Amino acid sequence: MSDTTIKPRIEKVPAAEQLVQKLPVLLVPVLALAGMLAIGNPSTWLTLTVAGLAMGMMIFIMASGLTVVFGLMDVINFGHGAFVTVGAFVGFTVLAWLAGWTASPSVLLNLSALLVAILAAMLITGGLGYAFERVIVKPVYGEHLKQILVTMGGLIVAQQMIHVVWGPDEMHLSRPEALQGSIVLGDAAIEKYRLVAVAIGLALFLGMRHILKNTKIGLLVRAGVENGEMVESLGYRIRRLFLIVFMTGSALAGLGGVMWGLYQETITAHMGSEIMVLVFIVVIIGGLGSVEGCFIGALLVGLLANYTAFLAPKVALISTIALMVAVLMWRPQGLYPVVKAK
Amino acid sequence: MANTLLSLSGVHTHIGPYHILQGVDLIVPEGGVTVLLGRNGAGKTTTLRTIMGLWTASQGEIHFADHDITKLDTPAIAGRGIAFVPEDMGIFTDLTVEENMILAAANGTMDPKRLSWIKELFPPIGSFWNSSAGTLSGGQKQMLSVARAIIEPRRLILIDEPTKGLAPAIINAMTDALRELKNTDTTILLVEQNFSMASSIGDTVAVMDDGRIIHSGDMAVLAANADMQERLMGLSLEAHQ
Repeated sequence: MSDTTIKPRIEKVPAAEQLVQKLPVLLVPVLALAGMLAIGNPSTWLTLTVAGLAMGMMIFIMASGLTVVFGLMDVINFGHGAFVTVGAFVGFTVLAWLAGWTASPSVLLNLSALLVAILAAMLITGGLGYAFERVIVKPVYGEHLKQILVTMGGLIVAQQMIHVVWGPDEMHLSRPEALQGSIVLGDAAIEKYRLVAVAIGLALFLGMRHILKNTKIGLLVRAGVENGEMVESLGYRIRRLFLIVFMTGSALAGLGGVMWGLYQETITAHMGSEIMVLVFIVVIIGGLGSVEGCFIGALLVGLLANYTAFLAPKVALISTIALMVAVLMWRPQGLYPVVKAK
Repeated sequence: MANTLLSLSGVHTHIGPYHILQGVDLIVPEGGVTVLLGRNGAGKTTTLRTIMGLWTASQGEIHFADHDITKLDTPAIAGRGIAFVPEDMGIFTDLTVEENMILAAANGTMDPKRLSWIKELFPPIGSFWNSSAGTLSGGQKQMLSVARAIIEPRRLILIDEPTKGLAPAIINAMTDALRELKNTDTTILLVEQNFSMASSIGDTVAVMDDGRIIHSGDMAVLAANADMQERLMGLSLEAHQ
């Protein structure tokens, strides 16, 4: 060995730069505080904030799979909404079968019915995701224009299949007995279902973070998002990873479909394609491929939509688009851009 | 004469409309370092990527340890004991140094003895074990890239320009590390522009131009013959000015 010593060196990030890096995390409390100042009434603010967080969590559930699929596989899946819709309809069917459980005053039976509906929806949409990836997505890897065309085609086919199986009419989806009504905190009324949605969304986010940070498959996904070619050079079959991630993303969309259907209490064959506008906005705001960015983006969209709907209903129509424009002017690649190898 | 570990015969590679490799014939003997030289755009990187299966040979055959690997995909080729250190280093900057190493180790388990040898070879690997790989300097990233390739015993390591853009002190350290690696059973196919570094560790050499091998032989012979260097590398530069 030569006598040359190589001294370890870590470049110190200046405090101002550290603050800029953390700014996206601060956006959610800053928006909540701004909402408090603008609304004035703490009870109304609390109701709107919980509603906004619940909406954001449900959008996150639907968007998280899409952003990971994009980041890892570089696939723009316009058919993602189909899994949301199918999930909602499967959930509807299961909850209808378990009507005895959902109508029961027992909280345990109510939650069990919801759990069975969620599991069934995730299982079926995960299975559909397998078929979708093999038949529709696999032949067009690396070809974005074709991906847009074939995945939109897949969405249309799925919507028509829903018409065939469940009929063309919109359906009413009742929440289980224990999840109906509100909890009153002071003067604020908070819907019980929204609290459940917040809890499920938060658990999913923490679970995804844990898997991505602490498991081998999580490491592979993060590495694959950055440089799929290098992952293959290390001996891993990235196509197999693609399939697992696509199926998981589809299953999460199915979960989101059940949650969103129960939130709206009405489901249609087009609900998936309608919500996809918000889902894409959240994915873009967060930074394509970033789970953390997607989570923060979803919360921002949910809070802003609820605050503006109360303060200025006409502005609410464009609030999410305005948010996306503002974020992209500040950070053109989203809140947490994922660095990809060239 | 050492046994042939890797051989390319008549290999052609097309990338989109471009015909990059135009009949590469190359023999890499088992053990030691074979250096692939040539001007920019001669096809050196494409040769390594074609061996690794990252680009598919449109014609010709690639044999590794007496097995035809021409049509194998990249993970299967890696599974045969070939590691790749790309020109851009291929570091996962979002992961820590440890996580980068875990992904390179078979079943995610690193041999402690081998790991301590690597940390001795490249001290920054140990110093920055829990740091994000994105915070490393260029030289440290290059060390991590090579360390990742050798965390498991490999039969062949393809290394693409490991000294590119590095400070002289780091180049010396990298050269020492490759020299030590050469003393193990590992065979190295090295693409390098730095002729003095290449000639100091190379045993055999192949010179490329226009997607073909135009010379192959002992490195010592080429290193000792300035006319030959001028003819093989200087002339080809002039021809393309």
